[in-house]
Amino acid sequence: MSSDAIHAEALTKRYRTDGPPAVDGLTFRMPRGATWGLLGGNGAGKTTTIAMLLGLLVPSGGRVACLGHDMARDRFEALARMNFSSPYIALPARISVAENLRVYAHLYDVPQAERRIAQLAEELQLGELLDRPAGELSAGQKTRVALAKALINQPELLLLDEPTASLDPDTGDWVRSLLERYRAESGCAILLASHNMAEVERLCGHVLMLKQGRVVDEGSPAALVAKYGREDLEQVFLDIARGRQRAVAA
Amino acid sequence: MNRAALRRVWGLVYRHLALYRRSWPRLLELMYWPVLQMVVWGFVTSYVAGIQTNAAGLAAAALLGGALLWEVALRGQMGFSISFLEEIWSRNLGHVFVSPLRPRELVAALMAMSFIRVVVGVAPAVLLAWLLYSFGLFRMGPVVVVFLLALLLMGWAVALGVTSLLLRYGAGAETLAWSVLFGIAPISCVFYPVAVLPAWLQPVALALPASHVFEGMRAALLHERIAWGHLGWAFVLDAAWLVAMGWVFMRQFQAARVKGALLNIGE
Repeated sequence: MSSDAIHAEALTKRYRTDGPPAVDGLTFRMPRGATWGLLGGNGAGKTTTIAMLLGLLVPSGGRVACLGHDMARDRFEALARMNFSSPYIALPARISVAENLRVYAHLYDVPQAERRIAQLAEELQLGELLDRPAGELSAGQKTRVALAKALINQPELLLLDEPTASLDPDTGDWVRSLLERYRAESGCAILLASHNMAEVERLCGHVLMLKQGRVVDEGSPAALVAKYGREDLEQVFLDIARGRQRAVAA
Repeated sequence: MNRAALRRVWGLVYRHLALYRRSWPRLLELMYWPVLQMVVWGFVTSYVAGIQTNAAGLAAAALLGGALLWEVALRGQMGFSISFLEEIWSRNLGHVFVSPLRPRELVAALMAMSFIRVVVGVAPAVLLAWLLYSFGLFRMGPVVVVFLLALLLMGWAVALGVTSLLLRYGAGAETLAWSVLFGIAPISCVFYPVAVLPAWLQPVALALPASHVFEGMRAALLHERIAWGHLGWAFVLDAAWLVAMGWVFMRQFQAARVKGALLNIGE
């Protein structure tokens, strides 16, 4: 398969053989260094798609390659160069932030782990948190630690599931700036699932709009807004979610 | 296993060691039950030995030896299963399974944690048995190390089965992690010979490595001889059970990836 960051072909997932597909024939090629958004309402198939990209879930049909590695055959080669963050998957609460980061530095075989942890602590302002148990942190602090975990191996592909959920606007903005900076400096590709349309407009160069497991539209945020004759991506999202006709394109 | 694989295994072991370092109740719990068991059986042994016959004295030694050796299988199984449960309880499995950690490395890490837990848990009980009741586990000779190894391997085989059920049924199968080996104990013949069991149950008992280990232990204590036949069978059965349970574990892991159970295994 290609050396795109992600290359999905007819990716399909049915949790039950007689049930509707959670993801239905998803095909896309996301280039390296790009930031893409995965948008859709609840149950649209975003989490299932991300789980298949991570090899956490076996597709019912189709195939996916990340960083040139077929995830059905050699997912561990890809996983070493990827990372993931989600507010819905916790880090061990009773061990300290530094210990958590050390665990993942070992799991990802990060060279000079202590130096990398110190670097991340500085970039993500974690210095005072390093010795505190991860479970005692505020939501914003936990998000920063989760991002530090996600960046520990300097991934070439980063999958983020609602990275700023439950954060106040200031912290959310700070996280978005960090992601922009990291992408610019590292050339990392980022796939972002989010319900925050302003965030997607700011970060993503391309958006996949999912509904009932299918891509119902895609393009840059600006192009989608223009296509639907709307003022922002949120209105486009509502049009698609509610099945309204496109204002301009129709 | 190459250097990177060893480092991944160490990463998971480190995570658990860090947890114990910060939680003295967990550390205490490791030693609590083995020591308690040893104290109870120690008093039973003292009472039986007080009957003042040679047979009673040997029976007492067999009882205390059985209790201590059984703790190795029990703590070995629990150490493996509970280390996996710790990942479920902390909702951390999603991160672990999307890291480059291979399933066989996860198993190796859980075995390493199990070994550490057995040493920390059972060593104080063995020491107290010697101090309080003058029972030296090594009176059976160096062969006791082989007995311990055979029981630890059996504990791991059972733990692989339990972990497979955790992958299949999630935390709903948690109770098994605590109780499954207690259910096997009656046919493991810890305190009595296999010959005591009904004839139809004896082949079942002899399919378990533990029953051979305890037959071997009684031969060493009562007749001062090494039952090589039983020891050999114990390791053959250990290998068979480990292969079988390893296969079941890998099947369940793959099934969990198909069903999406790895996404919500804590629920």
